[in-house]
Amino acid sequence: MRITCPHCGSRGLAEFTQQGDASPLRPDDDAGEAAWVDFVHFRDNPRGEHRELWQHVLGCRAWLVVTRDTASHAILRVEAAADVRGRPRGWT
Amino acid sequence: MRYSVWSLIRQGLAGNRGWPEAWRDAAPKEHYDVVVVGGGGHGLATAYYLAALHGVTKVAVLEKGWIGGGNTGRNTTIVRSNYLLPGNEPFYEHSLKLWEGLSAELDFNVMFSQRGVLNLCHSDAQRDVFARRGNAMLMMGADAELLDREAVRAMVPGLDFTSARFPITGGLLQRRAGTARHDAVAWGYARAASALGVDIIQNCEVTGMVREGDRISAVETTRGTIRADKVGLAVAGNSSRLAAMAGLRLPIESHVLQAFVSEGLKPWLDTVVTFGAGHFYVSQSDKGGLVFGGDIDGYNSYAQRGNLPMVEHVAAGAVALFPALGRVRLLRSWGGLVDMTMDGSPIIDRLPLANLYLNGGWCYGGFKATPASGWCFAYTLARDEPHELNAAYRLDRFASGHLIDERGAGPQPSWH
Repeated sequence: MRITCPHCGSRGLAEFTQQGDASPLRPDDDAGEAAWVDFVHFRDNPRGEHRELWQHVLGCRAWLVVTRDTASHAILRVEAAADVRGRPRGWT
Repeated sequence: MRYSVWSLIRQGLAGNRGWPEAWRDAAPKEHYDVVVVGGGGHGLATAYYLAALHGVTKVAVLEKGWIGGGNTGRNTTIVRSNYLLPGNEPFYEHSLKLWEGLSAELDFNVMFSQRGVLNLCHSDAQRDVFARRGNAMLMMGADAELLDREAVRAMVPGLDFTSARFPITGGLLQRRAGTARHDAVAWGYARAASALGVDIIQNCEVTGMVREGDRISAVETTRGTIRADKVGLAVAGNSSRLAAMAGLRLPIESHVLQAFVSEGLKPWLDTVVTFGAGHFYVSQSDKGGLVFGGDIDGYNSYAQRGNLPMVEHVAAGAVALFPALGRVRLLRSWGGLVDMTMDGSPIIDRLPLANLYLNGGWCYGGFKATPASGWCFAYTLARDEPHELNAAYRLDRFASGHLIDERGAGPQPSWH
């Protein structure tokens, strides 16, 4: 698997780490327990297209949103997380 | 037929032409009391204990391929009960005790070999952690021994005791742990369940669930619709996909875990050695191959194959620990799908529907759990309440905060 970092170009998998599904958006602080339990623990976990947070941890260290096929490992799209609308998981 | 030395002699004298089929390859009926989805070790064990201990014999096990062809055939066959937490250790110790009697109970040799599992430690702090875990194991009825450096050297002389980065300071040994024949576990449970009337239905993939209100009334399969009073899922790796068919989400991500086997060698290693600091563990199979593995690749996957960086990482761990392995050739590598839960521990519970039950979330450690997993899941399916051994493996622990996080890593599956 190679990922084309928007800042550094095509790099090998060993330079990256994955942080799971990028779709869940951080709830408001007072959103209630159910919303927070869902955000922290529950995932769609699809077989097929999946939007994920990756970090180019041994490169430019930028966070990326990678759309990837979990059945074939094909990389479909790579975006800089800073350019993605909304507040992905872990974002404050 | 009961397998014995007499049946072996009798069949041998008759040219081995009289052996009956070990189990019936059944066709689906219209309705069952319990449908177990997944014909791996866990599903087959569930069906066996439903019939043997709870008198529930109108049971079908639905398998999308052939029995034992999923994770049961892709693991590294290690059996142990060396956990720290009260939610885990009694369950795994019960499993180990079931393993100790399994060949006799099933009349099928599962080749359980209690060759021990040795966890290596490399610092005083890690030794303290191992002492604590060993004490916890002893208090919960398991066996554990803390070895010093010289005892480890006597047991496994091939280790590198000169490493400056990871000096071996000792190890935690569980002598009753070991390995078992993975295929035999599936076949043994299938044979024993089939003899009690369970239908084992292969090439039967579940493609949908018929939901009526808060019940699943039937499952749709590639071999037709099958109605069921209760449906149990034992499809670790694919639990989320099956749950999605019922409109549910789970605290699970599917990941790929790679495993490896070397060319066959003469007897060289008579125990299981784990090198947690270097992400490597190894045992030697009866055929002579070194069976080894490391960590999950670390990204969501349903591909049943991994990537090369983890192959290199595991190989580096192997050579760092056992310099003599430097010139051993790799024979095969493969990947299995694992249900990684958010706390690293499994789920055996009813899902938030009236008659749908989940046995999943086994992370990278499902094989050793097979007997107790089936035993507890059968109990939960039959009585509609958990046994005390799986009472902690509830789904609602993710809401209540009663997490069972052996590593204290937090809600990130790739960290467990």
